[in-house]
Amino acid sequence: MMRFATLIKNPADWMKGAGPHSDVVMTSRVRLARNLRGYPFPGFSQERQRIELLERARPVVEELPEMRDGYSEDYTELSKIRKQVLVERHLVSREHAARSSGCAVVVDRKQSISIMINEEDHFRIQGIRPGLNLTSAFEVVDRVDTELEGLLPYAFDPKLGYLTACPTNLGTGMRASVMLHLPALVLTEQINPVIKAIGKIGLAVRGLYGEGTEALGNLFQISNQHTLGEAEPEIIAQIEKVIEGVVRSEVTARAKLKEDHQTMLQDQIGRAFAILRYAHILTSKEALNLLSMLRLGADLDLVGNCDRSLIDMLLLEIQPAHLQLNAARELSPEERDSMRADLTRTRLQSIDGPGSFPPSQSNNGGTTSPTNDE
Amino acid sequence: MKCDVCENEATVFLTQIINGQMTTVNLCETCSKAKGVTEETGFGLAEAFLSPSHRTESDTMEIVCDACGFTASQLKKIGRMGCPECYAAFRDGLDGLLRNMHKGTRHVGKRPSHLSAVTPQILPRQRASALKDAPPPAPVPAPLVPPPDIAKLRAELDLAVKEERYEDAAKLKSEIENLQPKASK
Repeated sequence: MMRFATLIKNPADWMKGAGPHSDVVMTSRVRLARNLRGYPFPGFSQERQRIELLERARPVVEELPEMRDGYSEDYTELSKIRKQVLVERHLVSREHAARSSGCAVVVDRKQSISIMINEEDHFRIQGIRPGLNLTSAFEVVDRVDTELEGLLPYAFDPKLGYLTACPTNLGTGMRASVMLHLPALVLTEQINPVIKAIGKIGLAVRGLYGEGTEALGNLFQISNQHTLGEAEPEIIAQIEKVIEGVVRSEVTARAKLKEDHQTMLQDQIGRAFAILRYAHILTSKEALNLLSMLRLGADLDLVGNCDRSLIDMLLLEIQPAHLQLNAARELSPEERDSMRADLTRTRLQSIDGPGSFPPSQSNNGGTTSPTNDE
Repeated sequence: MKCDVCENEATVFLTQIINGQMTTVNLCETCSKAKGVTEETGFGLAEAFLSPSHRTESDTMEIVCDACGFTASQLKKIGRMGCPECYAAFRDGLDGLLRNMHKGTRHVGKRPSHLSAVTPQILPRQRASALKDAPPPAPVPAPLVPPPDIAKLRAELDLAVKEERYEDAAKLKSEIENLQPKASK
């Protein structure tokens, strides 16, 4: 089995800012909720029942062809920081990380499949792909699911489908979600009507870390809410169609910003770069929002020599648990803010910054360069 | 007006309507305190009218999942089921709940190709009946690869036909046919 350090050291393909529509769509994730017959759901079971299920199921999961030689850990063996790192990478849920005895996670070598054991359901099988690619994410988890169903007795009812702890997951047990970066819709104040429209067609919009979290860094998650009465491909096709619409709106808004509000845009991106490049104290919220602006600048070719994957990796690395893992110790919030700034200062040395704008026609009377103090 | 209990002047007038019958009670300060109807919290009053027989009745009426002991009131409180069998135990009213949550009430997506994964005992509509002398239910893990049971599949097939789920029926039929020449693969 793979060690934690080895797993984390190598970035997954979905962290590198590639894939279809990757200027707007960060990742596509699909998860399936599955349960075994004959065991109460984890939320209503005794510790010994959870351990019994774990001991029976974990070796089976580890031996699945996709998961072989991957990473597998019992939660009693996992420190708080390591669990949180997995949360920050979206490999486990916040709810699962909060549990301990009787829980485990198995991750494949490429960090594209993770299987949580004894989350709200006995199994949560998740696949992650870069960009807009729910179909491929579904294919991966579908294959793993089909393998697992041959080895363990699933709780399935012909009328109700896969039986889940929460009736909201009944049927397919599938949640397909897409992480979107929508800075232009936020800047042009079109985001609220967009969110409302998406809500009306039965999809949920959430912040960076799921339910009840803030949309930091202009990052939004859109996912299906209905799981019963529609087949998986239909659900996925509907979300992809909606997302393509959102992507078009975002791209249009970006073009309009660049066209009509270039000074404001240059100012925002320049400030973001300057702070990330020179600050010594950065909170996680501030850093996420600034990195969002820098990513927008990179996507609009307003920042010279800036690779999107550098920013997408930073979006992970600046998060609290990643910083603490890197420091190999627990850090106070103040220490984290200082180390976060150290990290962005260092990483941004390699990029030219937005000072190298193509000098646009001088029809605007405001500042022409955001870095004119240097 | 005089107190209904003693001869003192009544200062507490209590009107109660039980099963559509209105009765009025007049009490003096001392007697009302003795009866506990003017306790500050008001719980004394509520307690006095909530007959204990009424409460125990509702307790015994509660549906309980035979497999895991989960109760209907727990379901109502946390909105989650206790175990897979709970869906059979709490089947009544489930359709209404699901209609509000989902696009439909019938699963149309993926089905396990291994029919061993099907839970046949959920199929018949059954009410949980209290097994009084049964020990606390300890869910028994199903065997790792349950032997295919043709009789069980036949029963499912019958039900599928009865419920006009012809797609399921076709699947079950071919499953049974596959099993017939040899009992085990």
